[in-house]
This record gives sequence, structure tokens and C-alpha cells, in this order.
Amino acid sequence: MASPKMFDLSGKVAVVTGGNGGIGRGIALGLAEAGASVAILARNEDRNRDTLAELEKTGIPAMALKLDVSNRKTLKPALEAVERKLGPIDILVNNAAFAILKGVLDHTDDDWDSVMETNLTSCFFLSKYVVQSMIARKAAGKIINVASVGGYKGTPIYPSYGVSKGGLLQLTRCLAIELAPHHIQVNSLAPGWTTTDMTDWIRNDPKYAAVKDEMITRTPAGRFADPSEMAGAAVFLASHASDFVTGADIIVDGGFFIR
Amino acid sequence: MAAPKMFDLSGEVAVVTGGNGGIGRGIALGFAQAGAAVAILARNEEKNRAMVDELTKAGVPALAVPLDVTRRDDLRPAMEAVERKLGPISILVNNAGIAIMRSTLKFRAEDWDRVIETNLNSCFFLSQIAAQSMVTRKRGKIINIASEYSRFGAQSGIPYAAAKGALVQTTKTMAIELAPHNIQVNAIVPGWIATDMTVGAQSGRMFEEIIMRTPAGRFGKPEEMAGAAIFLASHASDFVTGSIVYVDGGYAIR
Repeated sequence: MASPKMFDLSGKVAVVTGGNGGIGRGIALGLAEAGASVAILARNEDRNRDTLAELEKTGIPAMALKLDVSNRKTLKPALEAVERKLGPIDILVNNAAFAILKGVLDHTDDDWDSVMETNLTSCFFLSKYVVQSMIARKAAGKIINVASVGGYKGTPIYPSYGVSKGGLLQLTRCLAIELAPHHIQVNSLAPGWTTTDMTDWIRNDPKYAAVKDEMITRTPAGRFADPSEMAGAAVFLASHASDFVTGADIIVDGGFFIR
Repeated sequence: MAAPKMFDLSGEVAVVTGGNGGIGRGIALGFAQAGAAVAILARNEEKNRAMVDELTKAGVPALAVPLDVTRRDDLRPAMEAVERKLGPISILVNNAGIAIMRSTLKFRAEDWDRVIETNLNSCFFLSQIAAQSMVTRKRGKIINIASEYSRFGAQSGIPYAAAKGALVQTTKTMAIELAPHNIQVNAIVPGWIATDMTVGAQSGRMFEEIIMRTPAGRFGKPEEMAGAAIFLASHASDFVTGSIVYVDGGYAIR
């Protein structure tokens, strides 16, 4: 079997926030299959343990650490703990996110602030801290922001989520420009409709049956993605195969966005 | 070394138009590294021969068919020759392209037609031929090499921008139509890459502006296009269709 060396992540250390379920787990497993040593930073310790067990099957060192990315003071210590245990971080995947299904009229102050903090602001600060380490080591690096087609398309169902993902696309571009001279590439991966806990509402709540039908009709591939289908783009963006790719967004959505 | 199977192209048959130089050559060699059999469809027979040698040395079955993509009657025979020698085509890269740099006020109709025929029309016809074969096997990958001028206006050479813009629309429409047949259709936008086609931009004021506007601070190398091409040619991108992958050191976003 041929697999070009450019996709090999052996010897690399990758952090995946929210990597214990859904798309984050799909990405974490893909990075591990490509040879990376993976650290999961996420809140639920049972799921952390389960995902860690899966990662350890590869025989490559891995770890899981309890982290709530909305707690700013805990971000830098978490990354430092990863570096102490697995080594200097080469790849940061900003994946942890959630949505509050309320329109503008029903949003509380706290709803808005909490979505922005987790989905956007934490990505900014985690990027800052990981880059401080990369630059101090004069090391190249990769940052992958898990955005969404919801960062391009408006929605009345969860505007704060949409804004946070749109902001994340722009954060990707700004960081890409600033960090290019340091050989750090920053890109985003925009999933379309994917089968995870986060889309349980559209897949299973009868209130949203019409929305589900519309989304499937509008997806040329005719179905939701499996989280494992995000791994290819993640490994591409984490590896030397993408060294001239920066500020870019890879949309993995079965054609939803362009129809 | 870890070998993620999802990027493996063993058993695939890839066609790369204009694959005997520049970006096409970079992609073809990448495909060979990933294990695909590669067919080069291009005009210059000497370059074709050299390319087949390189691909054979890389350890894969290879073939070159001399082809001027503007000769519509020659397209189907060329693709059939590939399938007879290497097997059913599973990957098509529409890479052959030309640029004619003249101002809009002076552009000749026959030059407009030639650029559109090479950079747009032939891509459609070759994609159609490939897709007719791919649908019988319910799988396939088509990759269109687009351009920054698919999105930005150019400062001259107008049909190039027109063709490259239309090529992106072709990509989206084919992606929608062929999705039910499990054929993914995507585009790559190369940034400024050091090839024969960009020699004029590799020095002087144009060079300075390009470097200033490219966060990576340099031209790209043809081999740096291979990663995106292998990604889009492989199972790693089975849920990716109608998309545009920018490989440009950040040029487009600054």
C-alpha cells in the first residue's frame, strides 16, 4: 500500500479540544491513525476515558485532560500539562463548541456570552498560548479551527452559533497572515450536517422534521456525514501535505454549501 | 512510518491534462507516490516521454497520449486509449491551461476563443467523457485546476479570468449532478507557483507585489500542489464535493 510521507504525523503532538465525542473524536482518531500523539481536552471525564482507551490502541502515547474551554484561566495550564506529558505541541485543533437553539428575541445575555466564549474566544486564547510555545521553540506548527457551513449561511435558529463560527473563519484568516512568517499555518475545516450529539435536535425532534428534510434535500450527497469523514481534511491540514495552504477553509459537507 | 490508508491511490487510474510540466507534473508525481497509475495528456511529445520515464521510475504504470485539448474530436479517442492501456479512469485532473496576455481593448476574437476552448470547454468535454465511464462504476473523482482569477479580476488577459471563473461554476454544477453517482468534483486554486507560466511574474514589480500580498512570503513550488490533489483524489475526501481548496500561501485572504 502506498501512502505518501507528506501525510505522516509520526512524532507530532496534537491537541483536540472537545475531542471526546462527535467531530472532535473523529478528528482525534484520524490524527492518531496518521501517527500523531493526541491530547484530548474536554469536560466529560467518562467520555475522555473512553476516547483515551481508543487512542491507546494505536500504541502511540496519548492523554486526556478535563478542561472547560470557557474558563480562560485554565487554558494555558492545560496546554502546559500536555507539553509536560507528551512533548511540544505541533498541532492545535480548536473543535470544542456548542449551540443554543434560540433566536435573537429569546437570547439572554448569558446565552450570547457563553456561546462566544466557548466557540470563538477560547479558540483565540488557545491559539495565542500554543503559538507562544511554537515561536519560543522556533518550531513550525498547525492550527485547525473547526468552523461550520453555519459560519457562512445565516440562520434564525441559533444566531449566536452562526456568528461565532463566522467569527472563527475570520480569526483563521487573521492568524494565518500574522503567523505565516513563523511557519505556522492556520486553516479551518467547515463541516456540513454531521451525525453527532449536537445535531440530535434536527435528526430526532419532530418539531424540526421539515428543517431536516430541507437540509437533506439540499445536500447533493443526500445524507448527513459521519464524524469519521472529517478526518481526511484534518490530517491534510495537520500535515506537511498542506505547508503552502494557509488562511483556507476546507468545506466537508457533501455539496450542501454550493447548491 | 504511519500510513493512513485514506490517502492511498493504489489501483486507481489518474489522467492529468498538461501533466508534463509545471503544476500538472507536480500533481502527477504526487499521484505516483500515492500508488496511482498515471496518464499524461499533453501536446509536447518530448516532455511527455520524459514524464513517462519519471513516473515509471516512481514505480507505477504510466502512459502519455499526445493531445491538444482544443481538438474536440481527439478527446474521446485519447481517453479510450488510456482505458485500454491502464484500465478504467477513476481520477481526472483538468490542469491544461494557457494564458494570452493582451489588453481588453486589443484582444482578438480568435485568441479569446482559444483560451476559452482550452481552459473551459475542454474541461467540460473531458469531464463528460470521464463521468460517462465513472457512473458505470459508481465512483470517481474530478479535480479542476482553477485560479485566483476564478474569483479576482485580472489586470489583462481577460478570457483567462472568464474561463477560470466559469470553471468553478462547472465544478459546482457537476458536483451536484454527479453526487448521486458517488463522483466527487472539486477545484484547486493554486496561488502564485513557480512554473514556466509565471516566469514573467517571478521578477520586477509584479514579483514584489505578489510577495507582499502572499503571507507565506514566497512563490509556491509545483510539488506543493500534490497534497491537495491527493486529498481530493482519495477516499479522504469522499464527503467533499463542490469545494475549492486554496493552495496559495494565504494570497486570497489578505
